[in-house]
Amino acid sequence: MDDACALRITLLSRPALLSCVRRTVEAWCSLTGCAEAELAAVGLAMDEAIANIIRHGYDNSPDGSIEIEFHRDGPTVQFTLTDNARQVPLESICSRPLDEVRPGGLGVYLMKETMDEAVWSHRPEGGMQLILRKTMATSPEVTMREHDVR
Amino acid sequence: MSADHTFAVHVESTDVAAIVRPVGDVDLSSSPMLRTSLEQAIAQSKPRTIVDLTSVGYMDSSGVATLVEGLQRTRRADSAFLLCGMSDRVLSIFQISRLDAIFTIADTLDAALGTDT
Repeated sequence: MDDACALRITLLSRPALLSCVRRTVEAWCSLTGCAEAELAAVGLAMDEAIANIIRHGYDNSPDGSIEIEFHRDGPTVQFTLTDNARQVPLESICSRPLDEVRPGGLGVYLMKETMDEAVWSHRPEGGMQLILRKTMATSPEVTMREHDVR
Repeated sequence: MSADHTFAVHVESTDVAAIVRPVGDVDLSSSPMLRTSLEQAIAQSKPRTIVDLTSVGYMDSSGVATLVEGLQRTRRADSAFLLCGMSDRVLSIFQISRLDAIFTIADTLDAALGTDT
């Protein structure tokens, strides 16, 4: 991973912070020069990931901690989300069938659909970890910009 | 800090429709306010309930779930539920989750007011 772009933020489990995280994620991803639609997809995946932690991990308690590490390796971006929330059974983290038209149950589906990888695990010290990874379709301008920086 | 600073929902009604106009991002922070306004609009028992999304730049699954609830409530009341004014970004979440075929989606509020349902 390219540590020059590494970023780490910690936030409390408060829904009011979701828009700040989305904007931060999209601004950070724009360093790769990726298309607007890809920025939106990553922003949505991160929103859904954090919302899931708030609702299902911390049961809407506003004082839980969520740490997000941002890494980039060329066109691939990776986000590692760690929390100290309740460890939910990994087999319970799944999408609902899309032909069931009912409220809820779409978050996991959207994360998996918009990212290349979404992998949950239990942290040995407690809490959960989620790794989201996506390879962006970078434009030629990105290469030029990176050369300019060097 | 509260989502109230950046999110609002306006509800108005005509003879034939209750119109709900959220303004701002619809996410886990703001979707409860949208839900309350939708319930109030649907309680007016108009032939159709229209959600005008012209001023919504972003929506996540909690917003979609709120709209699915509204759709189900109006179906039980045998009235129509329409969405209009979606940006490409908002429309994309309905397309990804294949709900664009479930909702009646009009381009504009005028079209929603005139749509045969």
